[in-house]
Amino acid sequence: MALTAIAFYLMAIATVGAGFGVVSARNPVHSVLWLILSFFSAAGLFVLMGAEFLAMLLVVVYVGAVAVLFLFVVMMLDVDFAALRQGFARYMPLGLVIAGFLAGEMILVSTTVASHGAARSSLGPLASGAHPTATNAEAIGRVLYTDYIYFFQAAGLVLLVAMIGAIVLTLRHKPGVRRQVIMDQVLRTPATGMRVVDLKSGEGIDG
Amino acid sequence: MIIGLAHYLSVAAILFTIGVFGIFVNRKNIIVILMSVELMLLAVNINLVAFSVYLGDLTGQIFAMFVLTVAAAEAAVGLAILVTFFRNRGDIAVDDASMMKG
Repeated sequence: MALTAIAFYLMAIATVGAGFGVVSARNPVHSVLWLILSFFSAAGLFVLMGAEFLAMLLVVVYVGAVAVLFLFVVMMLDVDFAALRQGFARYMPLGLVIAGFLAGEMILVSTTVASHGAARSSLGPLASGAHPTATNAEAIGRVLYTDYIYFFQAAGLVLLVAMIGAIVLTLRHKPGVRRQVIMDQVLRTPATGMRVVDLKSGEGIDG
Repeated sequence: MIIGLAHYLSVAAILFTIGVFGIFVNRKNIIVILMSVELMLLAVNINLVAFSVYLGDLTGQIFAMFVLTVAAAEAAVGLAILVTFFRNRGDIAVDDASMMKG
């Protein structure tokens, strides 16, 4: 149990510290790297709670895709980030006051809920309903593909819309560059693609 | 020392607050604002998973998965808008973003 506590505190401190690094780093590239550390430690917390599948999902989706996307955009944009930090010191006191109140209130509420809520006080591996021996991934699969199948499909639709939206927003046709237009190629028929020229000897074809 | 629900909820609360704080102090840098939003969604996910394990109900983890999906979509579209905005303006200052209205 002591080992669990040590692991929890290590990962909790890493998560919160890296989160603070995200918002306070001078260089946005460092912010992204802190974000990766934060998500990694949060994945560790998920493993500690017994939600292994979501932990792996967090690593794959966030560290593998979203963080790299952020890194890519930060490095691609040629922006003077020092100018964007103006007002950091000015908003700092008010931000700290509001953040302090918010954190205090939420921790107060959550400790109250935890101490006066249901009887279980410690988090153990999840008993997965009708299949107690199933792993976390199997248990999630049994619920996700039956009870929540429509939500699952809707999530796929959301991703599709996001993908098309991102492509439409960033795709740019440069003028003067000849592109392959599949439609024109498919619509081409022998009648439009070929013409018979009556060529007299000694003369070329003009146009 | 037993690590219980309150510990995880406290971590999530602090992380959420850091996200709000990040939006406050980095008002001009929209990239850091997007990352702060990601942090807040991560805090929400920690809450959902903690309650899911605590109550022995998998629904929380399913919902956390959907939150993850929407967060990924939001990051993709947000960064795409950011790239388009940068192409048009040559800058990403949020103050100038009001030109997008109407």
